[in-house]
Amino acid sequence: MKYIKDTGSYFLMLKRVFSSFTKGSVLRELILKEIDDLIIGSMPIVAFISFFVGGVVAIQTALNIDNPLIPEYLVGFATRQSIILEFAPTFISIIMAGKVGSFITSSIGSMRVTEQIDALEVMGINSLNYLVFPKIIALLLYPFVIAVAMFLGIFGGWVAGVYGGFSTSDAFIQGLQEDFIPFHIIYAFIKTFVFSFILATVPSWQGYFMKGGALEVGKASTNSFVWTSVLIILANYIITQLLLS
Amino acid sequence: MIKVDNIRKRFGDEEILKGISTTFDKGKTNLIIGQSGSGKTVLLKCLIGLFQPEEGQIYFEGKMLQEMSDEEHRILREDIGMLFQGGALFDSMTIEENVMFPLRMFTKQKRSEMLERVNEVLKRVNLENVNKKYPAEISGGMQKRVSIARAIVNKPKYLFCDEPNSGLDPKTAIVIDNLIQEITHEYDITTIVVTHDMNSVMEIGEKIVFLKNGVLVWQGTNEEIFKTDNEDVTNFVYSSDLFKKIRDIQIKEQ
Repeated sequence: MKYIKDTGSYFLMLKRVFSSFTKGSVLRELILKEIDDLIIGSMPIVAFISFFVGGVVAIQTALNIDNPLIPEYLVGFATRQSIILEFAPTFISIIMAGKVGSFITSSIGSMRVTEQIDALEVMGINSLNYLVFPKIIALLLYPFVIAVAMFLGIFGGWVAGVYGGFSTSDAFIQGLQEDFIPFHIIYAFIKTFVFSFILATVPSWQGYFMKGGALEVGKASTNSFVWTSVLIILANYIITQLLLS
Repeated sequence: MIKVDNIRKRFGDEEILKGISTTFDKGKTNLIIGQSGSGKTVLLKCLIGLFQPEEGQIYFEGKMLQEMSDEEHRILREDIGMLFQGGALFDSMTIEENVMFPLRMFTKQKRSEMLERVNEVLKRVNLENVNKKYPAEISGGMQKRVSIARAIVNKPKYLFCDEPNSGLDPKTAIVIDNLIQEITHEYDITTIVVTHDMNSVMEIGEKIVFLKNGVLVWQGTNEEIFKTDNEDVTNFVYSSDLFKKIRDIQIKEQ
């Protein structure tokens, strides 16, 4: 029963997010601030993880190829497929659920606890539009983060593969080009857009409707990570089933 | 003037407000007092629209709140200034940005004009040279004054204050009380203060509404409250040792 009520509350929240818009000039500033906090602020950790996980994928693939009949370019091929199809869009989104999601929940939750949201409402401002809409718009740039993650993941694979002595540069690049299906990139970015909406709205819902004090802000942040991750995994399965099967 | 007529509000099975009717006069500091859990803050939140009462009407200058269109609601909200118990300042904004916020949201003034008004109200609440500081960098009393400045910057018709003295030392509390009363008279606005601080009652209670368990049991002025025979009110007023001693001295003198 609680889940049905929460689902209803989430969709009612979305309805309010897209109504009674905040003044344009203020909204513009808020969107730029959110881009800085959510997108630019996430780049270092995304770059770091992507580069090294790309390297690990290449090494693991190379170490598991014992059969001399399997071509060497498979290292590059497997790295590309893993990074583009799953690692960059899904794995990075789970990490973002921890970083960005917790940040969104705790910042909105703190505003709830300290009556800042009430202050907005009393002033006649649609607090949901003011707080959540800029995050949704800012996260429309999330595919850019994933594109960087794809590039750095593959680059990390190339560095680890070539300089670790697991593959030649030519073989790795051949693997990157082998059987390339452009639709996989489209599929990855469609997933990314769906994940970005989940990343912006689920943590916002958790923070906005939390009750209690500072301790509950912490609990809401944890719940936010759990539910955002669960929904990303579920959405990933559904989209993959719809687009690739 | 704000008029409330038979307001009822419940949370679950518990009825918090049990048919409250009264008026809050323009140009006066109207106090809602009572013990914790008496329904003061719930009444205040019904007045500012954060809670919807199940029954009863609220009138702002004769216009029923529940019958107002969205546009009328929006305009009314712009006429409301609110001082929250904890200040509710936006902690990611500087003091200047906090006070300027209502102007940015609701006016088309140039930045220089807004800044001029911000400095004017900050001066009015006796705060200067704090423009670039963040709320966390100033004291609780200063935060309350910034909150008052933000509440009055857009020249509201109604000022609501939720326990403005909570967490303040007695001296600072008196400063805040006096400031609220001065602003009320100066701007000729309808001010409603929720409090359980008897010092506030004595200092600024031009009209006092006493609630007990969600029922309005007494209303009058700060002079009348010390003369009333109402047992609930006298129990509340003389619950502090200081006031008991004052009363005993008065009785002995008589």
